[in-house]
Amino acid sequence: MTAAPTAARPVPALGRARAPKLPTVAERTLDSGLRVLAVRRPGVPLVELRLRVPFSGKGVDHVAKAQLLGDTLLSGTDRRSAAQIAADLQALGASLSASTDSDRLGLGGSVLTAGLPGLLELLGEVLTGAAYPKVEVQGERERLVQELAIYRSQAGVVAREALLARMYGNHPYARELPTGEAVQAVKASALRSLHAKRVAPEGSVLVLVGDLTPARALDRVEAALSSWTAKGAAAVAPPLPEPPGGPALLVDRPGAVQTTVRMAGSAPSRTHPDHAAFTLANLVFGGYFSSRWVANIREDKGYTYSPNSGVDHPPAGSRVTLSTDVATAVTAPALLETWYELGRMVTVPVGQGELDQARRYAVGSLALSTASQAGLASTLSALTASGLGVSWLRDSPKALAGVTVDQVLEAAARYLAPARLTTVLVGDVEQVEGPVSRLLPVTHA
Amino acid sequence: MPPRSRPVPRPSARDLSYPVERATLGNGLRVVVAPDSSSPVVAVAVYYDVGIRSEPEGRTGFAHLFEHLMFQGSASLGKTEHFTYVQGSGGTLNGSTHLDYTNYYEVLPSSATELAMFLEADRMRSVALTQENLENQVAVVQNEIRVNVLNRPYGGFPWILLPPVLYRTFANAHNGYGDFVDLEDATLADAQAFFDRYYAPGNAVLTVAGDVDPDEVLRLAEQHYGDIEARAVPERPSFAEPAPSGEQRAVQVDRLAPAPAVAVGWRVPDPADLDAYLPYVVLAEVLTDGDASRLQDRLLMRDRTATSIGGYVGVMGDPLDARDPTPLLLEVHHPAEVGVERVLATVDEEIDRLATDGLTGDELARTVARMRARYLREVDPVLGRAQVMSVFEQQRGRAELVNEVPTLLDAVSREAVQAAAATLRGDRAVLEIQPGDAP
Repeated sequence: MTAAPTAARPVPALGRARAPKLPTVAERTLDSGLRVLAVRRPGVPLVELRLRVPFSGKGVDHVAKAQLLGDTLLSGTDRRSAAQIAADLQALGASLSASTDSDRLGLGGSVLTAGLPGLLELLGEVLTGAAYPKVEVQGERERLVQELAIYRSQAGVVAREALLARMYGNHPYARELPTGEAVQAVKASALRSLHAKRVAPEGSVLVLVGDLTPARALDRVEAALSSWTAKGAAAVAPPLPEPPGGPALLVDRPGAVQTTVRMAGSAPSRTHPDHAAFTLANLVFGGYFSSRWVANIREDKGYTYSPNSGVDHPPAGSRVTLSTDVATAVTAPALLETWYELGRMVTVPVGQGELDQARRYAVGSLALSTASQAGLASTLSALTASGLGVSWLRDSPKALAGVTVDQVLEAAARYLAPARLTTVLVGDVEQVEGPVSRLLPVTHA
Repeated sequence: MPPRSRPVPRPSARDLSYPVERATLGNGLRVVVAPDSSSPVVAVAVYYDVGIRSEPEGRTGFAHLFEHLMFQGSASLGKTEHFTYVQGSGGTLNGSTHLDYTNYYEVLPSSATELAMFLEADRMRSVALTQENLENQVAVVQNEIRVNVLNRPYGGFPWILLPPVLYRTFANAHNGYGDFVDLEDATLADAQAFFDRYYAPGNAVLTVAGDVDPDEVLRLAEQHYGDIEARAVPERPSFAEPAPSGEQRAVQVDRLAPAPAVAVGWRVPDPADLDAYLPYVVLAEVLTDGDASRLQDRLLMRDRTATSIGGYVGVMGDPLDARDPTPLLLEVHHPAEVGVERVLATVDEEIDRLATDGLTGDELARTVARMRARYLREVDPVLGRAQVMSVFEQQRGRAELVNEVPTLLDAVSREAVQAAAATLRGDRAVLEIQPGDAP
């Protein structure tokens, strides 16, 4: 059964590529230590805002307090109630949300151009005078406990928690989510004291991108945030331990129709000499749709919907994570193919053609990531957090251009050897343990 | 009460002014070009005027399965080559299946404009179907359903679960992801017939937005698409059916869910009439956008009877691409100790108050200000812009509406929103999620 025969036609060649213009970044460090970056990117009449405050800390209590601090930072100041803040944000055409992770407190959002002064005023008021009203903290505490239960009912969250705990032991990165009990114990006064100690401008970075005049935007920030002068300890997470690898950890999810597979290990940071070569090695393996892993376990075998191998760069150490959810019955075969593809990466050189294809993808996606106001703001904020400047956008394509087949093999060997990765499987243990244990050593949660 | 606003500078959105050029080829394909040279990137999108609602009985999930098959090869391209050409030129791509349309799109460095236009033309001319690829993609789609529905708490809530409560006809009520049996029954003959009938060039819109010269794009369109054979364009059937009479209720037991949830749907006017429809789109935001909205303020902030609240017009969450019939939906997650009846009674009380007393102070202005901002953020990336323009061209023959949405939102009156609230009464569908094991 075929369509009416239609002759194949030649595929057009690519036209001449125009390199994206490097954004011009205006930068000022305020007396308080806050670094402010502003980029004019007209387009739509909006300004994107990203603020990062270093916020690393140890222990389950810190995680609970940090999470709740993010959830209640916008719940009132000495001048405005929670409801007032919410209404004022709407009136400005602004969205603003606060959240914390293992490294930072982040505030992110956007605002209609004319609302920027109002948003900066509100930001200054929150940073210097967040009140953490008792009644709001109590309400958010209850809500967070409920939300954590919902969150933890997802297989992907169960897998991520098990994976990080196994990889990082006692390091702060081992735990991203608080327990319900720890959340229940947090008092409003603890949030006020954590804010006073840790929400400080030193080490923090604010990025503004959009329909703005950089010099004026910097002046506005300086004026609006002049009273944010708190002295705090800008704590940074200690270096990561090397993840242990070891037997695959089985986590039981009785009756699950899929097994949630996560495999992870350390990866080179953006400034490491292996970075460019590893970026390409990871792409060829499983970092984009046109990769070997996707071709094998999805497009050939049909075991899964969305296999992906991603790299992230938290400050204490970069990490590569393989993620896929496979039908329960084919869990062991899917692992076999995954090991095969990883094994091929670390023992046989990649083809020049697939390397060049991955290289063009890496360079192109960098250009795409900075083509919108929101994309450029997030990219700049992430680069700054890694200690890099906007010039990285220009230098990274050059580094990618020079990577050879041999360098890809070496980088893959260092970071993608399957026995080196830490593996977690969340699924119906009764069904998957037998077949999987014929292939790999396993252990139980 | 929602708060009274203190004086805040009131911004106003500048009008958008994306230029729009268009042509219709001899075979009926509509081509829209929106040049913008601010970044060297381009988005290419093809929208076919067929979606979940057009699936035949016994073939639930077929429109989506067919979307997968469109990536499996075509006259000049082997399996996976569509992906490797796009990604190997530095681009990204995807497709998605909606109630009333199916889209395919790429965003790439503008040096790949002709390549992307060629790739879309090649599969519009002739999709290459094989039994092996069909079976492979049935397995992939089944895994997509497992990861997004079957192995997930609240899977399919509410987009799959509410329509059978809200609607009576197969077209509107059935599961768009599909039953596993129906997916396995799908044949190559079904696929070829679906392609022949619905993927005619006259049933599609091609949009190119970004760093391009419009004349060049129109020339390339003629070159690559002009000789695709014209086929009959299927007349789009009316999917109209009466709104529910009284309250229709159903319960879904979800063994993965740790807490209950409820979705409520009311039918709203035909989106074809924007004057009648947009007040409902604004109403959904007045009710649920942010802590200052009516329902969040009441249930989340004051009563603490809900964990999260969402509300929007359109089953799949995008009010600007919905066609008739379509609902305004609320979804509320709540603690088990708070019964569903209490949640519903509070929702009714707040809607009633809005319908009786109208909007307060700057409530409408601030709600619309954020809607405008969110819309601007959606159309700033070339891909978002191409998507919005494609839908407007396909459904309304006016891609230019991309520039007019902020003004249209500004024109919605307090009286119209209040009147819309007054229609959200007992004629509705209610779907509860209850945690626990199925009986």
